[in-house]
Amino acid sequence: MTNLRDFTMARVGLERSGAALATREVLAFRMAHAMARDAVHYPMDTASLQVECAARGLPSLALHSMAVDRLTYLRRPDLGRKLDEWSREALRAHGDSAGCDLAIVVVDGLSALAVHRHALAVLDLLLPQFANAGWSRAELLLVEQGRVAIGDEIGNLLRATLVLVLIGERPGLSSPDSLGAYLTWNPAPGRTDAERNCISNIRTDGLGYREAADRIFALASEARRRQLTGVALKEGRAALPGTQPKVLDTP
Amino acid sequence: MALADVPLADFLSEPLIPYEQDEVTRLIFDTHDAEAFAPIRHLTVGDFRNWLLDSRTSGGVLASLAPGLSPEMAAAVSKLMGLQDLIAVASRIRVVTRFRTTVGLAGRLSARLQPNHPTDDPQGILAAVIDGLSLGSGDAVVGINPAADSVAGVELLLRMLDRLRTRFRIPFQSCVLAHVTTQMEALRRGAPVDLVFQSIAGTEAANASFGVNLALLGEAWHVARELRRGTVGDNVMYFETGQGSALSAGAHHGVDQQTCEARAYAVARQFRPMLVNTVVGFIGPEYLYDGKQIIRAGLEDHFCGKLLGLPMGCDVCYTNHAESDQDDMDALLTLLGNAGVNYVMGVPGADDVMLNYQSTSFHDALYLRALLGLRPAPEFEEWLAGAERELPGMMALLT
Repeated sequence: MTNLRDFTMARVGLERSGAALATREVLAFRMAHAMARDAVHYPMDTASLQVECAARGLPSLALHSMAVDRLTYLRRPDLGRKLDEWSREALRAHGDSAGCDLAIVVVDGLSALAVHRHALAVLDLLLPQFANAGWSRAELLLVEQGRVAIGDEIGNLLRATLVLVLIGERPGLSSPDSLGAYLTWNPAPGRTDAERNCISNIRTDGLGYREAADRIFALASEARRRQLTGVALKEGRAALPGTQPKVLDTP
Repeated sequence: MALADVPLADFLSEPLIPYEQDEVTRLIFDTHDAEAFAPIRHLTVGDFRNWLLDSRTSGGVLASLAPGLSPEMAAAVSKLMGLQDLIAVASRIRVVTRFRTTVGLAGRLSARLQPNHPTDDPQGILAAVIDGLSLGSGDAVVGINPAADSVAGVELLLRMLDRLRTRFRIPFQSCVLAHVTTQMEALRRGAPVDLVFQSIAGTEAANASFGVNLALLGEAWHVARELRRGTVGDNVMYFETGQGSALSAGAHHGVDQQTCEARAYAVARQFRPMLVNTVVGFIGPEYLYDGKQIIRAGLEDHFCGKLLGLPMGCDVCYTNHAESDQDDMDALLTLLGNAGVNYVMGVPGADDVMLNYQSTSFHDALYLRALLGLRPAPEFEEWLAGAERELPGMMALLT
């Protein structure tokens, strides 16, 4: 017999009692919620990320937002969008006044777990594509307690024409470790979300590393060609899911 | 001066956001109906609360008042109202809309079937649609939030839903909740677009951060209506809102998030939408910190929307970084059912595996219908009576 659960990780075909979910399902849900809550408060281990970067020959720089800790971060998104004083100075000291084509910023966001599990794996596939296409790139930036928009300030200070932010997405019940990728052309403080493109759900059971890297590179290339990102930039056929639904097969 | 002492008429002479700077303010002022406002023009905000709670203020009276109310008046009075006031007044107002189903009738509760999938896999989405239909969800809309904002992807998903609908003769309307420009491009390419969706907010600048403005929404409304795909009505727009969107875009002009939210309803009502819902706990704890705040906001939004004449539903939801859990959702769901909410969400197991938040489930909608003796939209209810026969055929599409 066909089982709905074979086709999606969504909670379909749940056992129930009357209209209510059966005890087994309710307990599984509560366990997943507890795990997602833990992911929100899991701290990013920047030092170990830097060691992993160094092992790959990737220079990196550790930065911090103005949100001093997680509770401040949750209450004050504005602080998560700005670098603290020390980080701004560090960037100014490191910044190449000639600028660069691309700055890649890795941010803990709401799931440092996602960053630890997936960010470098995506970059392993992505960086060679940028290198082959002749993009100049700033060193890798690692940011604690950051939001997406912190990439705007960083990209601006580095005079990058495009910024790619890899950030831990809000943990879901079935996905405490989902990574998102945001592209912003001509980054500067004040850019709106309508001026970005996003590829989300990068994780083992979601969008795979290869496809994620290819789609990020395709979007970045198109952004460079058209000199923009945002709602005017649409993903092409590459974004189409692989399986053709059977309901469309028959007339 | 205390809020309760402010004359309602003041809101018509003192715009909170300058008329010259904001097209939403211009819309509010230019469409204000002075005749409809006349019965309450002499009242203060505090008097207005008394007037609303008076048992002589019937649903019919409230319906004819709507064009005379500005969103700022609705927001102001809601701030003086407790939860029971918000429920008591809203429950008198019915706002009925139609496309292939009729949503919002007395004694009815509809559900949006939300079958999202992290990579938009059509078979995965179809599995969730079948599960939801078999549990009685989908009479508000079958609405997919796509992970990728691509025209081809939107087109594929719309064609899939359309084929399922026609093959099994299911009276539902479908929607793929991409950016409005993506949906319009799909529509131009011939995709079967039923409802056109867009997230909206209460200021011009916040809408700009979503990449929309009133003219663009007007164009979408026009082209979607021209398709004439509805069978029982022509309400073609679907809007989502939520407190905090203007603030999060730095586009609130110093106005509080709940008033900004009510202003989004002024945008919505311009386009006679089929569905409007606040996604009340979605944006996160920086706007609504915990379960108590989410519950209050859900009832405020439902009340303000209904008072302004909108077919309000609610995405009763929270994120994992908010101080909230499923008990808060049970409470808000039950309160909204009593307040007469038009529809709630039906998400598999209440866990949206693409958007990463918890909403209400197919089972939650069934609970609320059973508890309050509510039924699905009549057209859909008729189909549901024979739906069991169709299940094997639908399941066969998966293998």
